Amino acid sequence: MTELTYKTGAVQPLHRSSLYWMISDSLVFIGRSMKHIVKNRDQLLGLTIQPVMFMLLFRYVFGGAISTGGATYVNFLVAGILIQSVAFGSLTTSLSVATDLQRGIIDRIKSLPIASGGLLMGHVTADLARNIIQALVMIGVGLLVGFRPTASVVDWFEIAGLVMLFTFALSWMAAIMGLVAKTVESVQWLGFFVVFPITFASAAFVPTSTMPGWLRAFAENQPVTHVIEAIRALMLGTPVGDHAWISVIWCVGLIVIFVPIAGWMFRKHSGR
Amino acid sequence: MSSNNAILIKDLRHSFKKLEVLKGLNLTVEKGTILALLGPNGAGKTTTIRILSTLLRPDAGEVMVNGYNVVAHGQKVRESIGLTGQYAAVDEFLTGVENLEMMGRLYHLSSADAKRRAKELLQQFDLVEAGDRAVKTYSGGMRRRLDLAASLIATPPIIFLDEPTTGLDPRSRLAMWDIIEKLVEADVTILLTTQHLEEADRLADRVAVLDNGIIITEGTADQLKSQVGNERLEIVLKDGNTFTQALTLLNASGVLSDEKNRSVSIPTDGNVAEVRRVLDMVEKAGIHIETLSLHKPTLDDVFLHFTGHKAEEEKPEDNDAESKKGQKK
Repeated sequence: MTELTYKTGAVQPLHRSSLYWMISDSLVFIGRSMKHIVKNRDQLLGLTIQPVMFMLLFRYVFGGAISTGGATYVNFLVAGILIQSVAFGSLTTSLSVATDLQRGIIDRIKSLPIASGGLLMGHVTADLARNIIQALVMIGVGLLVGFRPTASVVDWFEIAGLVMLFTFALSWMAAIMGLVAKTVESVQWLGFFVVFPITFASAAFVPTSTMPGWLRAFAENQPVTHVIEAIRALMLGTPVGDHAWISVIWCVGLIVIFVPIAGWMFRKHSGR
Repeated sequence: MSSNNAILIKDLRHSFKKLEVLKGLNLTVEKGTILALLGPNGAGKTTTIRILSTLLRPDAGEVMVNGYNVVAHGQKVRESIGLTGQYAAVDEFLTGVENLEMMGRLYHLSSADAKRRAKELLQQFDLVEAGDRAVKTYSGGMRRRLDLAASLIATPPIIFLDEPTTGLDPRSRLAMWDIIEKLVEADVTILLTTQHLEEADRLADRVAVLDNGIIITEGTADQLKSQVGNERLEIVLKDGNTFTQALTLLNASGVLSDEKNRSVSIPTDGNVAEVRRVLDMVEKAGIHIETLSLHKPTLDDVFLHFTGHKAEEEKPEDNDAESKKGQKK
């Protein structure tokens, strides 16, 4: 061990505008979370395999028994699995936030002279990147097992835009869930109670017309269904109807609500 | 306030819901010195650190860090401090170098400065070989060292160390002590919390004993020890009868007794002649000693001396840091 030379103020912070630092700090946090994707290969592998497994199971196990009234089941299924995997994937943000809380990393970041909310921004952005990887793999496997989309290039851009918007909205909700749950264990429970109902009580796997009335009322009007129906229609070239713009309004609305709540909870967390 | 004080706390109060944790705490730390805040779990140590580092808003009182009020000028305070909490708050998936450089960037150092300081600190903290490994492969001691290094990257004038060696094995504890001792010679101000008198004695210029939300005594470690005894001779008696006899015989200032364990503990300066004198005295009175031991005074001895009760764990503080304590290890 060499001698410890410590001189107070030997290095000084740079002086830039606060806007500069807001962007720079966010980029540092985004960089950190992106490194997590690469370095936590097990997690990425698990997250990529899960939707593929779901798709193969539904396609081959339930597919024969489910009537979609038109499209083949695999064509019907891909949009549902895609959005389900986004919803499950967003729990990664909850887990990352809870881990940072539990390890004291959030406290430490909050003791720094910066706008510490960038930490959440980092996790949410990483979610977006992970979901893109996940979606590409999933659609690739879909094509192998009979998925035959008719979407044009423009349609695909619209699909990508909608998936990303939805991911972004859900990730902020997931960030809030991480702050509420506080521990990795509670995230798993909370995720179970939130993500399972909103994905299964939707048009992801079966047409909502077979559900009992009360459930159908919920399933047909919740955002997950609108997003799935919009994406499905774009993929298969059927009429999109109102689903697209309702989806966009839902996502934007959720973002407008969730982002300030997440920021407020993040600031408040230890200051109670 | 005197400009010579790096930290000044006046009548600080804080409650969690109905539990009053800090009940009028007063404390000053002179620039360039190390103060150890000594106390048991739940005494309010972590709460004090969290208020000083602006993570928690005090209910009442005045708290100044580096000349800035923690409530009014939080940003200025955060620019002046480095915080090393009870858990090694480092990123598991990043390497040591990446962790340090990230902290440097977040302290708004230039990327060249961040790189240079990271390299320096890895050398100084004996982490050069581990520098390019992910932190999840580190031992507990290495994580703590990295955590401390991260607090030092931007060379802030004030460092908070919350129980820097809790949970470390003896060897890692010594390594950590070596590093903190070197900081003692630098011009940095350190406030550290500990449950161990030995640690406070070894590292700090001054020691403040925190009990149930207030400072019960403050002074240099030597002053504290001269009151409690440099080495304590503890004798255990056979039965209640001989215990009472021995206590009557030996009772003097600084003598502590525990009726349940039938033990009497006498402050000594640790030399053989003095120990022999005490033992002779007991033996001549015909009192049979069952066992005897000589030990350095502990937090318990300090507490018994100043409060008349042992340093028992008080009700846990109702805050996240405290509730996490059990889960980590």
